Amino acid sequence: MVGLEHYLTVAAVLFVIGIFGLFLNRKNVIILLMSIELILLAVNINLVAFSSFLGDLVGQVFTLFVLTVAAAEAAIGLAILVCFFRNRGTIDVEDVNVMKG
Amino acid sequence: MTSADFIAVLPEVVIAIYAMGALLFGVYTGKDRTAPMLTWVTSAFLVLIAVWIGIGGQGSNAAFGGMFIDDAFSRFAKVMILVSAAAILVMSEDYMARRNLLRFEYPILIALAAIGMMVMVSAGDLMTLYMGLELQSLSLYVVASLRRDSVKSTEAGLKYFVLGALSSGLLLYGASLTYGYTGTTLFSGIISAASGDDVSLGLLIGLVFLITGLAFKVSAVPFHMWTPDVYEGSPTPVTAFFATAPKVAAMALFARVMHDAFGGVVADWQQVLALLSVASMFLGAIAAIGQRDIKRLMAYSSIAHMGFAIMGLAAGTAFGVQAMLVYMAIYVTMNVGTFAFILSMERDGQNVTDIASLNMYSRQSPAKALAMLVLLFSLAGVPPLVGFFGKYYVLLAAVEAGLAWLAVAGVIASVIGAFYYLRIVYLMYFGEERDALDPGGNPVLAGFLMASAAAMVLGVINLFGVEAIAAAAAATLVN
Repeated sequence: MVGLEHYLTVAAVLFVIGIFGLFLNRKNVIILLMSIELILLAVNINLVAFSSFLGDLVGQVFTLFVLTVAAAEAAIGLAILVCFFRNRGTIDVEDVNVMKG
Repeated sequence: MTSADFIAVLPEVVIAIYAMGALLFGVYTGKDRTAPMLTWVTSAFLVLIAVWIGIGGQGSNAAFGGMFIDDAFSRFAKVMILVSAAAILVMSEDYMARRNLLRFEYPILIALAAIGMMVMVSAGDLMTLYMGLELQSLSLYVVASLRRDSVKSTEAGLKYFVLGALSSGLLLYGASLTYGYTGTTLFSGIISAASGDDVSLGLLIGLVFLITGLAFKVSAVPFHMWTPDVYEGSPTPVTAFFATAPKVAAMALFARVMHDAFGGVVADWQQVLALLSVASMFLGAIAAIGQRDIKRLMAYSSIAHMGFAIMGLAAGTAFGVQAMLVYMAIYVTMNVGTFAFILSMERDGQNVTDIASLNMYSRQSPAKALAMLVLLFSLAGVPPLVGFFGKYYVLLAAVEAGLAWLAVAGVIASVIGAFYYLRIVYLMYFGEERDALDPGGNPVLAGFLMASAAAMVLGVINLFGVEAIAAAAAATLVN
């Protein structure tokens, strides 16, 4: 029987993978965007699991909002990334370092 | 969905309609040629809305089943947000026009960010909180990288985006756990579920994640790492905006979540906030000492100031919230003046942000140097200027709440922090002769600088009555 705790565990694992992806990744900014997406999806799994467990629709409504905002966020993130690439000619995380301190 | 609900959100709706109308107008007429006009109109419009909210608002209304709260607290924060956003718009117009940066989207994005911030401070539900926060953040990511052809500006935008999205993710994860363990996203429901001694572990983890996400937004240590880079890389008017309105909104939201949703478990979040406060005050004070760039210095200064504001919140009392609101009002006034000065720093028509360029500035324009001296003393919290009273209030709130150690740490941090403010004063008055900055400058900027400095001196009489309004605002939040 798959219960609430299984869903929460999967969500927590995805969340942690996303966080590690943000901090350990040294290669590519696109991977950062993917990690952010992973974090938001972990949250969505959490919300839907709780919503179904509680028999309360609010969590699913919240999920729809999160999905919509995530799409807008990805669009803006990619736009900024394209601008950055035009100026710098690279999207390596290690090259995002003009300013330091 | 009654008309009473819509009346509560009417200011936000009006600004949203204005922003969309302005966008259409800009696209179908002169594009960037309309930008100066749009900037002034948007600024006037925001002030108008601020007056409307400040004078017209009555009582506490919970609209849309409690998802949106219009009370004295939110109105206080909204007036601060709108007035500071309008002031920054007016200050940026000339600077951006001369650097070919003034696009017509800029005032519209600022207006959209203002709506997001207004929704944030009125949030009565985790969903409203999230939508407001994201509307604000998405607008700010774009204005941070407004100078599209500059590596620094786009890099600032990219860093802000990645860390901002991470903080939203942390906040959301906390929101999902809070929802799961209380069964509701309404703050009024959460506060009745989260009270007493037997708070479930899951809810506590959710609370910690929520605090983490909010601490990112107010740039409290250890979640501050984006601040210096974003402040340095963004165009200076945008930096000025970052340092004012979004900080007010994020602090007000912080207070709202802590007291409206988790007011029953003060003991559980008090220590976390006290820790954030101490770390921010000390890191802000110490890391600013080595800075050569005045925008980076202001970033660390804002981190330290946020530490003091969080101290008021950590007290966990109505007086603490009042102290925090007074502190933010003073902080915003000081920062508007300081950034008016930074915006006017130019050499041969090029903007400079190097602190060393202020050497012997007093000889060249004594009036502006004196105004800046007043502001810097006030930022440092030197009595009898207004900045001192802001610090005095939060320290008093901390002592009254039994956090004497926190107040002592705050005093020590502010003494350390005084060093870097006074170093600028020293350079302006006793430095060595170097290439002078351009004399003169924009009268609008000079006006804001003088007005802000005058407020720092004249405000000592009664703080312009802010105290009483903040007390009334805090009383509606904490009960």
